[in-house]
Amino acid sequence: MTEMSPMDHAPADQSRTDQPPVLDVRHLVTELRLRRGALRPVDGVSFRVGRGETLGIVGESGSGKSMTCLSLLRLLPRPGGRIAAGEVLVAGTDLTKLSEKELARDWRGRRISMVTQDPMSSLNPVYTVGDQVGAPLRYHGLAHSRAEARARAADALGRVRIPSPEARLDDFPHQFSGGMRQRVVSAMAIACAPEVMIADEPTSSLDVTIQVKMMDLYKQIQEETGVAIVLITHDMGVAASICDRIAVMYAGRIVEQGPAREIFRNPAHPYTRALLNAIPKLGEKSKRLYALGGQPPSLLDMPGGCRFAPRCTLADAKCLAAYPGDSDLGSGHRAACWRLSEEGAPDAA
Amino acid sequence: MTQFVLRRVLQGLFSILGASLIIFVITRLSGDPVVLMLPPEAPEALVQQMRERLGLHLPVWQQYLVFLGDALTGDFGTSYRWDMPVRDLIFERLPATIYLASAALAFSLVLSIPFGVISAVRRGSWFDRFAKTVAMLGQAMPNFWVGLLLILVFSIHLEWMPAFGADTPAHVIMPAIALGWYPVAAQTRIVRSAMLDVLESDYIRMGRSVGVPEGVLVWKYAFRNAAVPLVTMMGVYFASMLGGAFVVEVVFAWPGLGRTVVEALFARDFPVVQAGVLFAAIMFVIANLLVDLSYGLIDPRIRHDR
Ligand SMILES: Nc1ncnc2c1ncn2[C@@H]1O[C@H](COP(=O)(O)OP(=O)(O)OP(=O)(O)O)[C@@H](O)[C@H]1O
Ligand code: SF4
Ligand SMILES: [Mg+2]
Repeated sequence: MTEMSPMDHAPADQSRTDQPPVLDVRHLVTELRLRRGALRPVDGVSFRVGRGETLGIVGESGSGKSMTCLSLLRLLPRPGGRIAAGEVLVAGTDLTKLSEKELARDWRGRRISMVTQDPMSSLNPVYTVGDQVGAPLRYHGLAHSRAEARARAADALGRVRIPSPEARLDDFPHQFSGGMRQRVVSAMAIACAPEVMIADEPTSSLDVTIQVKMMDLYKQIQEETGVAIVLITHDMGVAASICDRIAVMYAGRIVEQGPAREIFRNPAHPYTRALLNAIPKLGEKSKRLYALGGQPPSLLDMPGGCRFAPRCTLADAKCLAAYPGDSDLGSGHRAACWRLSEEGAPDAA
Repeated sequence: MTQFVLRRVLQGLFSILGASLIIFVITRLSGDPVVLMLPPEAPEALVQQMRERLGLHLPVWQQYLVFLGDALTGDFGTSYRWDMPVRDLIFERLPATIYLASAALAFSLVLSIPFGVISAVRRGSWFDRFAKTVAMLGQAMPNFWVGLLLILVFSIHLEWMPAFGADTPAHVIMPAIALGWYPVAAQTRIVRSAMLDVLESDYIRMGRSVGVPEGVLVWKYAFRNAAVPLVTMMGVYFASMLGGAFVVEVVFAWPGLGRTVVEALFARDFPVVQAGVLFAAIMFVIANLLVDLSYGLIDPRIRHDR
């Protein structure tokens, strides 16, 4: 099994709010059974998000960010995908213990929802937008008649700032632009006012100007409803501007997490520092920001020690021998690296 | 949209014309009807007189033009055998064939839709294999053979079902099964593979992620998408039902167009054969046109594109 580190279940982070977290993920392990063998794209991930808070998860392609999101809602590919260990607590209830039926009836879309990468393919082409946005309301018993479902769907479309929402209820997805479709998807996700919203690179397929607008919109919705947001992003700029906290993922694990300012000012983990160094200077524009040397390790052939060791300039014998546990760096800032004491407080940018 | 329909109607007219020409030539090649109509010892002069009365002394292309000209005025000639206007004969027999073909198509869909959908949802399960076996059985057996088997078991042996004719609503059941079992395999495959694709799609996952119950996802949100490729094939299946009806109607003594044309063929009753095939072609074109129009109803993208 995975190594347990002493800090994993440390007392609640000093989040912006002092309330208990609405989303508390504890040592989540996700397994994918393939013909070639079983993989663990998520291997012992823990994080917490409080009400009204935004956690950003960053990391290279393939680090397991999307698999983490899918695990939270138990939407893993079937057959083959399953949660092998850990807990996903939403307002204190462990979703991993629920039956599929309970999960669909009381949780998905009602208290935790998800927006994914591709707004083009996330909407059903043969049903109207009104029907689709109304669906979560109908099935969660928040609309008792057709008229009520329409009214509340229009309301949800209005909340994501779609102009003249009533008039667009009977339109089909292909009659909307890419940015507007992502708003429709977001309306579906927030229609029932969930406590947690997961946004997996919600804007990466959109124009930059539309991306900024969408992010502002999420922020506004958060202020209105207090929804906790988990935002997956490749864009460090976005992460810096709207996230309260940042978690850095590498090869299925969170290697460092903490308040956004801390992560940007005092990155502790060599991987985080490499990521930040790889950000192009102001003015240069690129979607995939990371230009790190080397490749992440294959999930089928994971190094025994620190997973970053093959690419780490500081790696030594100890790094190769055993995986480092989390170290608490204060105010909820934690990192998993053997050599923090030597290199833990590098100069800020 | 209007342009699309016009194009389709025009294409349909050409198909009908083509079918009528082919059958016209083939019937003429099948032999001389007058030989069958008169006793063998009839004098040559009488035979010749008969030919002239029926217009069979003219060159084939002239006969075809006469046939077309008459057909346009709604006159399809007189049956040599039944001695009544062909038009009346066809309008008397055609509804029974449409009824049988529709019942057969309905039967095939009643099997193939649940088969395809459930097989996709539970791929690899016992149901998947069961559905595949039942579907393949229908494809492996010729429809007349299924028909005879059904008559043997359910009419003769168990005495549950009427075997011949069309007197009661129950009469349609066995011929519809004999005719409709064949396309079940192909239809099940289409539905199953379309459902497999759709169930993997982002929008189904999106629906699941907002708590839409699994049954609604499968039968409402996924199925409507998966139905598009099936609906586009509907015209072809209806046509194959019309074609199959020629044989099955004979087996079950079903009073439809198919049996009438087969009997007419043996009697070299040219006007009936020609008109029968012409009407089958017209049915085929209408069915396809309806299909083309209907999948715009299912898929709004097609509706807006045209
Ligand atoms: N269906 C699958 N079959 C096999 N491997 C998979 C499958 N889905 C994901 N993986 C593997 O799981 C790992 C994590 O994938 P995931 O999609 O979570 O990465 P990600 O961090 O979201 O990357 P990206 O930034 O590209 O979206 C990857 O190494 C990927 O190869
Ligand atoms: S544990 Fe060692 S190899 Fe891993 S990041 Fe720290 S220094 Fe580098
Ligand atoms: Mg991803």
